[in-house]
Amino acid sequence: MALAVVVVLLVIGTVIFHFSQAFGGPWYFTEIATDWGLIDFTINVTFWVTGAAFIILNLFMAWCVYKYRHKPGHKAVYEPENHKLEMNLTVITTIGVVAMLAPGLFVWANFVTVPEEALQYEVLGSQWQWQFRYPGADGQLGAADVSNVTEENPFGINPQDPYGQDDVVVNDPNMHLAVNQPVQALLRSHDVLHNYTVTQFRVKMDLVPGMVSYLWFDPTKEGTYDLLCEELCGIGHYIMRGSVTVESQEDFDAWIAAQPTFAETQSGPEPDLIAGQAAYAICATCHGAQGEGNQQLNSPKIAGQKAWYTERQLNHFKVGARGGDGDTNGAAMVPMAMTLADDAAVRNVSAYIETFPDEPSTPTISADVANGGDIYDRNCAACHLDDGSGTWYTDAPALAGMSDWYFVTQISNFLAGIRGMHPSDTYGEQMVSMSTAMADLEEINDVAAYINTLR
Amino acid sequence: MAYVPLADSDHETEMHHPHSFVEKYVWSQDHKVIAIQYGGLAVFTGVVGLVLSLLFRMQLGFPETATFIDPSFYYQAVTMHGMIMVVYLLTALFLGGFGNYMIPLMCGARDMVFPFLNMLSVWVFLVSVIILMASFFVSGGPTGGGWTLYPPQTNLAGTPGHDMGIVLMLISLAVFIVAATMGGLNYVVTVLQYRCRGLTMMRLPLTVWGIFVATLLALFAFPALLVSAIMMLFDILLGTSFFMPAIIESGTPLDHNGGSPILFQHLFWFFGHPEVYIVALPAFGLVSDVLSVHARKNIFGYRMMVWAIIAIGGLSFIVWAHHMYVSGMHPYFGFFFATTTLIIAVPTALKVYNWILTLWEGDIRLNAPMYFAIGFIFTFIHGGITGLFLGNVVIDLPLSDSYFVVAHFHMVMGVSPVLVVFAAIYHWYPLVTGRMFNEGMAKLHFWCTFLGTYAIYLPMHYLGFLGVPRRYYALGTTDFIPASAQDLNTTITIAALFVGAAQLLFFINIIWSLRNGPKAESNPWGAASLEWQTPDTPPVHGNWGASLPTVYRWAYDYSVPGAAEDFISQDTPENSEPQKDS
Amino acid sequence: MSFFKNITTKPWERKGVIGGLEPEGAFESANEKVALSIFLVVASVVFSLFTVGYFLRMELPDWRPLSEPSQLWFNTGLLIASSLLFQWAKNITQRADDKNLRLAFFGGGVLAVLFIAGQLMTWASLQEAGLFLTSNPANAFYYLMTGLHAAHLLGGLWVWSKSSIRLLSGEEAAELKLSIELCTLYWHFLLIVWFILFALLLNT
Repeated sequence: MALAVVVVLLVIGTVIFHFSQAFGGPWYFTEIATDWGLIDFTINVTFWVTGAAFIILNLFMAWCVYKYRHKPGHKAVYEPENHKLEMNLTVITTIGVVAMLAPGLFVWANFVTVPEEALQYEVLGSQWQWQFRYPGADGQLGAADVSNVTEENPFGINPQDPYGQDDVVVNDPNMHLAVNQPVQALLRSHDVLHNYTVTQFRVKMDLVPGMVSYLWFDPTKEGTYDLLCEELCGIGHYIMRGSVTVESQEDFDAWIAAQPTFAETQSGPEPDLIAGQAAYAICATCHGAQGEGNQQLNSPKIAGQKAWYTERQLNHFKVGARGGDGDTNGAAMVPMAMTLADDAAVRNVSAYIETFPDEPSTPTISADVANGGDIYDRNCAACHLDDGSGTWYTDAPALAGMSDWYFVTQISNFLAGIRGMHPSDTYGEQMVSMSTAMADLEEINDVAAYINTLR
Repeated sequence: MAYVPLADSDHETEMHHPHSFVEKYVWSQDHKVIAIQYGGLAVFTGVVGLVLSLLFRMQLGFPETATFIDPSFYYQAVTMHGMIMVVYLLTALFLGGFGNYMIPLMCGARDMVFPFLNMLSVWVFLVSVIILMASFFVSGGPTGGGWTLYPPQTNLAGTPGHDMGIVLMLISLAVFIVAATMGGLNYVVTVLQYRCRGLTMMRLPLTVWGIFVATLLALFAFPALLVSAIMMLFDILLGTSFFMPAIIESGTPLDHNGGSPILFQHLFWFFGHPEVYIVALPAFGLVSDVLSVHARKNIFGYRMMVWAIIAIGGLSFIVWAHHMYVSGMHPYFGFFFATTTLIIAVPTALKVYNWILTLWEGDIRLNAPMYFAIGFIFTFIHGGITGLFLGNVVIDLPLSDSYFVVAHFHMVMGVSPVLVVFAAIYHWYPLVTGRMFNEGMAKLHFWCTFLGTYAIYLPMHYLGFLGVPRRYYALGTTDFIPASAQDLNTTITIAALFVGAAQLLFFINIIWSLRNGPKAESNPWGAASLEWQTPDTPPVHGNWGASLPTVYRWAYDYSVPGAAEDFISQDTPENSEPQKDS
Repeated sequence: MSFFKNITTKPWERKGVIGGLEPEGAFESANEKVALSIFLVVASVVFSLFTVGYFLRMELPDWRPLSEPSQLWFNTGLLIASSLLFQWAKNITQRADDKNLRLAFFGGGVLAVLFIAGQLMTWASLQEAGLFLTSNPANAFYYLMTGLHAAHLLGGLWVWSKSSIRLLSGEEAAELKLSIELCTLYWHFLLIVWFILFALLLNT
């Protein structure tokens, strides 16, 4: 009896909950931003068919439980089967299934057939970053293969392929598209499976190492959308984020014109170490002549850090991604970074810093090394490597031999939302999430103490 | 040696009768003891899986509080939870536990055909569980590559447990497959060859049909897992390139070249989809019998139910790639697999109709097992129709890899089979233990589990609609996920903790009643099928006393017009049946 | 029995005992033989899946066909002879006298051991030629599939050795009839599997 009532209430509750979400509730499909409205249509058809089945079957069951519950003197009707009824139900079910499947297959046929006017671009996934490549003026993407990948050629573009020279490379997880221009995304991965998903686009597909998969869509609504990886790709899966900005053709053209081509990334001028050395003079007052750091001045060791990392951080200081609210020491760095007038200056000084001898800094922290080692191996080593040397591949700086006190303040800053929250600091944002592997200051110290052993 | 029929007396003398406690309960060859061992070990492993799920739910619901869960452990917990629940709990419990207990009794046999092999099976299963659990204690911990173990990810440094954890997982699975094959051969041959006199296949209860077909699926599907496990072990340990293409690990190119990750996925899901039905078909069978007994009515459309079990079993081998719509496989496969997948909905829907039609015009006794059985119909309808979303290839595009998938398969092959497990345990508890359980406590257990799990999974579907991806340690910041999604996550976690704690009601009930429950009558529910007709309750070693039973009718003679009682047991001779018109 | 006719009967209509005075199985064979037959289907699934994997992997560009050692022809001959001897042993057990039974049964097993030894020699010769497991997927499949086939044969030899001990300890041939029959069935199965594998390896 109670059971029948509860089943009825659950049906009513489910229907109410559904409609409360489907019409304006916060937990329902995002507003579609492509012309895949047919997918939403198929979903609606399925909702009506299955919703009817859900309501009818459960209410009928509840009625049966209520009506035929045991009462004294009551006896069940003996009826082994009713073949006609079963056949009718089979037919009705089949009709319902066909009603759902037919639009589904029809729309799938659209999905697998890429229209000729669709422009191609490439999505490249690697642990745990997005990168993108657009064909240049020739309209063709150059051949690329994982065997060509180096720090200088992260896309693995074949340097011999003439089609590849004018390819526009976006070594940043934020990409742009022109509105109302159908596009085909060619998906490629350098390591594991990833999945290119923008919820508002409705379509997604895995990136599979060793092959090229694809999907296509026609963006119809301007805006900036979150790009997520939706195929488990390792410990950093949940921080593999990016964005897709859909904008007018003019804005898109302007954006893409500002991106470097492959040839440009390969033939840029060598950094000028002499100029870097000159510019470093001002840095040396705090960071020391050899970048060895000075804890009294809150200046970390910078020797031993690769140029790409130093360069990125200097730029962060320049644009205000670091040294903002709450980061008093970082704030002191902002005017210093501002003395570097342009990108070339930043590159020169970073390259110069890379030439310093990497003498391990003096440990200042003693804590539970075993616990720190456990946390490090389980979480940090995936990007910063077992020996703490870091790698450009995961955008992870060196940790071993660097200033341990600085590590503690920076992790604390990540955890407190002081560092890594600026929209332009995509890699810092990853650290905001990963830093939670350390529960408190004590555990941060433990990890710092462990890193001190890696030298 | 030609086939020698099992003359009663012959068989009796052949039985290996245990003498000491150790022989009786440890190295036992009695199918009932083995069933308890299998079931107990499966449930123990399942409790580990349950605790893991509560831990990672803590991370999702209360990230500020659950600071002891780091990303690494989160992925390990998710992975181990999935594999434990699917393989080590549900498969082992339904086939090894219920299969072992029910098949010989329902077939009127004294034991399995090969009792020694049966004993070996449970011990090999124990070895596989030990290997699985050992992975928690090795360097790097258990694998965190997701229960699907997709290469190359599971083998790379970016995944927890990529060194020892994954190897132990694959070895444990291979050992489990050996155990399942030994047990499976036994179950199938017993059903085929050991049915008592008069017991044709079509007189078997649906429990036996469900377990029989599920066992065949297991025998033919597990090889795919074995093959993929062997090839993956070769890739990891010996450096071959079956599944490993040329890739980069943490900035360093690996030696592998040319392998196909999608090949692994095909092999995995060629096992993985039948696996769903390896769990579902026994549940279908068990719940059919519980419904029929407590509705005092024959299962409606028995023949259709048998055909549906066979049809579903057969179709389950040609739908596997619906797990791979967005895997990058050739997109044309989508047409074929979407069609087969939606076809399988038809026999499945018929089973649902027939369960409800069994209630229709019945004389429903709302006992605790019946509560769980009816609860199952509700959750299974819900889980089934959400499958129609995911099976329809275009709808899978937005929904795959989201929480909708998680909610769907937990409704359909988590909650639903588990409700059947409880229904079956309460239903057969008097037979197995000779005691009655506490009815009030069992019903309380039902309400907590049924309502609690719905509170977990109904909202989870909507997180999926919204586009919240699964397997995320933390949601981070996005524009499209509102802050209220975290409230939903918190609600789900609270409900999960509640449901987890409520399972104590079950364990307390069945353990307490073992000694303190009232003595059960020999057939307290008035069931017609053979397992309730043993001379002793609980049945002793050898099951049938001096002579094997003879079967005169099907297992569902309930409320037959003119009969004195509302059931006629299968071993009642036909001449004792009253004539309708006399 | 006609399976289809069986599952369309309406079980509620016919009461009373169906069948003879004793319980009867679905198949008029020994239970062990039924079990072995089902196991052979399971093993076929394993080998088929490897074959499917082989074909799918073969399509990928890095595949370099392997030229199989000619010794495989000789090994195949050994396995055929082994199977024939088992068949002979089986035929003997069906006659009254058990003359030559030991010769046939032991001979069959010994030839199977020689076959495995021969397979190991092909491995050694491939190693010498620098064709290692990791050199190419074709090699990997060669080692894997021949190894798996040999492992199945080893399993059979374990049962064979147990029966051989029984035979040596003077058990009557009649008591070993089932055992020998099952061994023979298993050997024929593995011979057929080997034919298929061999044909697959030769033609790709």
